[in-house]
Amino acid sequence: MTAITHHISDALIASYAAGSLPQVFATVVAAHVSLCPQCRAALEAHQAVGGVVLDGTATSAVSKDMKQATLALLDAPYIPQPEYDRSGIYPGPVVQAMEGKNPKWKTLGMGVKQSILSEDRSGSVRLLYIPAGQAVPDHGHNGLELTLVLQGSFTDETGQFGVGDVEIGDSDLEHTPIADAGLPCICLAATDARLRFNAFLPRLLQPLFRI
Amino acid sequence: MLSRSTEVSQQTVWMLAVRDHRDKAAFAALFDHFAPRLKGFIMRTGTPATQAEEIVQDVMLTVWRKAAMFDPHRAQVSAWIYQIARNRHIDIVRKENRPLPEAMIEEPGTEPDTGQVFAIAQETARLKDALANLTDDQREMITKAYMGELSHQEISIQTGLPLGTIKSRIRLGLDRLRHELKGLRE
Repeated sequence: MTAITHHISDALIASYAAGSLPQVFATVVAAHVSLCPQCRAALEAHQAVGGVVLDGTATSAVSKDMKQATLALLDAPYIPQPEYDRSGIYPGPVVQAMEGKNPKWKTLGMGVKQSILSEDRSGSVRLLYIPAGQAVPDHGHNGLELTLVLQGSFTDETGQFGVGDVEIGDSDLEHTPIADAGLPCICLAATDARLRFNAFLPRLLQPLFRI
Repeated sequence: MLSRSTEVSQQTVWMLAVRDHRDKAAFAALFDHFAPRLKGFIMRTGTPATQAEEIVQDVMLTVWRKAAMFDPHRAQVSAWIYQIARNRHIDIVRKENRPLPEAMIEEPGTEPDTGQVFAIAQETARLKDALANLTDDQREMITKAYMGELSHQEISIQTGLPLGTIKSRIRLGLDRLRHELKGLRE
């Protein structure tokens, strides 16, 4: 397996560390960090800065009752939040987004499939399944788009993207990614554009439908 | 024993006592140090005092319950509690379940590397100095950024903070988990 060469930008990692990244992008960052020690180190470096900021913050006294209540709760039973492990090609954060279930693939034509993991006002995050040699469908992003490869690889004008690699796209990026030969390419893609179901067709079909 | 080393910070000693011995007195000491800072930090984002105390309690209970995840070869206690605080704050206020990277925990009984633990403390001290040497405006911007008050479009951290050196140090701490890292790419 080749090494990861396309990483998450430092600004996005800082934003994830600070908690200001919308949920759909946070899912991609957490998934990439799960695969990439270099970006995990970058994330923990930003957390170190956060720690220094926290340590230097002006204090505000907490009530004595709250301290006693907290100490009294140390031995109390509690329900731990579920933790999701990696499952096959899917990193823990993707399994978390799927709530531990398998992807629900929906056919988009030309052998391309998608499984929407979540969609809200901040955008959407989905899995894409692209057979070898097929073009990655256009998801009409107007703003930021992050695409993380989980299986196989794709190539576009900017380079080749293999497992663990992330392509960071903005509205300026004009590209036509095509899945390479070999295993079908499975990607995790997050975008801040609302889903446009009707427009969601493989690029190859777009000229036919004039969209 | 790591805990007897004079090179390791008091907070780290407390945290390791909590992690390895479930030491409630050490937890109370951590509480006394961090709870007022956490409350001040959370209130600066506009959260009312009552809700801020609820979040502080939640964060400190998480520190106790997730203590096994603390790894002094990669993080100072302040950094570790910072990330818990950001996660819990967001989960509670936005009613979300923030996606977190897969956990990487060293195997129980792994020999501590005091040199690495001390180096992380030194790098953090360098960061603190660098932050202190910024102009007031720059420092305010950093504070806002790490409190989550700047959007991802606004964040472009070019401050001259020595992040590269602490990154390589943390990477060495991660390399201790090489066994597990190898599995990640197979």
